Amino acid sequence: MQVPNSTLFFPNRKPKTENRKLVSMKRREFWARLRRNRMAVAGLTLVLGLFVVAILASWIAPYDPNQIDLKQVLMPPSSGHLLGTDMLGRDVLSRIIFGSRVSLLVGFVAVGIATLIGLVVGSLAGYYGGLVDQVLMRLVDLMLCFPTLFLILAVIAVLGPSIWNIMAVIGLTAWMGVARLVRAEFLSLREREFVAAARALGATDARLILRHLLPNALAPVMVSATLGVAGAILTESFLSFLGLGVQPPTPSWGNILTAGQANIEIAWWLSFFPGLAILITVMSYNLLGEGIREAIDPRLSE
Amino acid sequence: MLVYLLKRMALMVPMLLGITLVSFTVIHLAPGTPVELQTTMNPKASLEAQNRLKELYGLDKPLQVQYWDWLQRLARLDFGRSFSPDGRPVWDKIKERIGITLALNLMSLLIILAVAVPLGVLAAVRPHSWFDKATTLVVFFGFAMPSFWLALLLIMFFGVYLDWLPISGLRSLNFPQFTFWQKVQDLASHVTLPVLGAAFGGLAVWSRYTRGSMLEVIRQDYITAARAKGLPERTVVFKHALRNALLPVITMLGLSVPGLIGGSVIFETIFAIPGMGQMLYNAVMARDYPLVMGELVIAAVLTLMGNLLADVGYALADPRIRTG
Repeated sequence: MQVPNSTLFFPNRKPKTENRKLVSMKRREFWARLRRNRMAVAGLTLVLGLFVVAILASWIAPYDPNQIDLKQVLMPPSSGHLLGTDMLGRDVLSRIIFGSRVSLLVGFVAVGIATLIGLVVGSLAGYYGGLVDQVLMRLVDLMLCFPTLFLILAVIAVLGPSIWNIMAVIGLTAWMGVARLVRAEFLSLREREFVAAARALGATDARLILRHLLPNALAPVMVSATLGVAGAILTESFLSFLGLGVQPPTPSWGNILTAGQANIEIAWWLSFFPGLAILITVMSYNLLGEGIREAIDPRLSE
Repeated sequence: MLVYLLKRMALMVPMLLGITLVSFTVIHLAPGTPVELQTTMNPKASLEAQNRLKELYGLDKPLQVQYWDWLQRLARLDFGRSFSPDGRPVWDKIKERIGITLALNLMSLLIILAVAVPLGVLAAVRPHSWFDKATTLVVFFGFAMPSFWLALLLIMFFGVYLDWLPISGLRSLNFPQFTFWQKVQDLASHVTLPVLGAAFGGLAVWSRYTRGSMLEVIRQDYITAARAKGLPERTVVFKHALRNALLPVITMLGLSVPGLIGGSVIFETIFAIPGMGQMLYNAVMARDYPLVMGELVIAAVLTLMGNLLADVGYALADPRIRTG
């Protein structure tokens, strides 16, 4: 009997009790597998921890991240300032804590945009096939021809640097993978019996795509979105590092590193800790993403 | 082979057109009319530069005419003139720097291949050994490591703390007075950190990929057959398995070109290397639109050529591809 994957994520969509039992079993199985994977649990814990830090930043941070103290300029880590201070005497730990907000915001909004575009393009190409598919997939190939950073920088040159622009630009240049994934899923799903059955019952194209095909194609998209958050955080931090992303005084991990490079010969802590924060964040999303992938399809873990 | 090559090159034409179309869209992304926006937003654009921009895009004409005019100019490698005070043609500026970027990327690529392939093979031959686990760990760091942070760490450790290597530029100040060997040594010491830094991220991806590809091949029947007829393990691994495992790796070569070229922005800006990446950064900061667009088109064309080379390499290695 066919139990669509999507039931993992949309357990309440099926009203039949029989189905619901199967569904909850599937979901329980997913969580059980995820929990057994130590790396995935570590990733998930870190990801949740980062959320808590970002939300509670004002309570956790020992200082106001923008509080300038010219008597305490470029102080190395000490008990007063655990991670030292920057060239304006601002507390690095507090700036890193507040910087996590920017990273998470950019990561999620950018991936949201990319996933949405990817879902639309992939669904249309996979469902309709033929000319629509040809045109959309050539567009994907075309976008993949551009070195992403070059494209992003060119758009930023035209639109100007701001946190909103970089979220949009990262989203607009990162949807191709999702589109390909969704298309591939659709190509195999649309031949299945349940689709033929729904069509025979008179379901419209829109209903077929949204209610029958898309939910079944979401599992791999979840994995790619989780990994995508990591990628978007990396890109944002680099753009902010270049001065083309989040503008000071708003703290972001990237623009703290800009200060780090300017003072690299005298203040190692200014370059070391923000980078470590990026590394840990990206790594936890990667761990979680790989964990979800293996929990969805256990055959993948050798 | 020739037929395959010609067919493959014919496929590039629509892609090239597409590249110009996307680039053209980017410059017209700006809300409002491009003339106003590009000139009011950019204090550096003098009246003369504004006129050059209008001339380059024919901004008063309808869009399709603008695109057609621009396309004709591109065909003659006329990307317009830079907004910078020297006002030199964009193509001349790119020509000066493209060699440096390509040379550095080629060096990184060679290092990646020389290190990642053996690493991947060794890890695949003994899966789940301590060696495999150690490389997996390193690879995981490689995936998550922000490359610009890695560059800063390299500068901090080798440049500042140990003071072994120079941390910026391509040449020392007194370069012209050096003898030939001193010059070679000077260049080598300047490129070491950027090339190693650029190679690190690639190492992770490639060793992982080689490992996966090798594991796949080693399970095949012909490998069992080779072992069964008593061939030494070394021959089985390096002659029978590796050759087949490297085929998909060649494809990866083509796919990794955009990443490498994009990465040159990172390493050239941090190490102050006068290549295309650094020029792009400077052009973006100065809102030098003709130069930015020229770079965008050239970078995409380079990617396209990288893909072509990879496909040709694949066809050379695997006769099934070229005969169809």
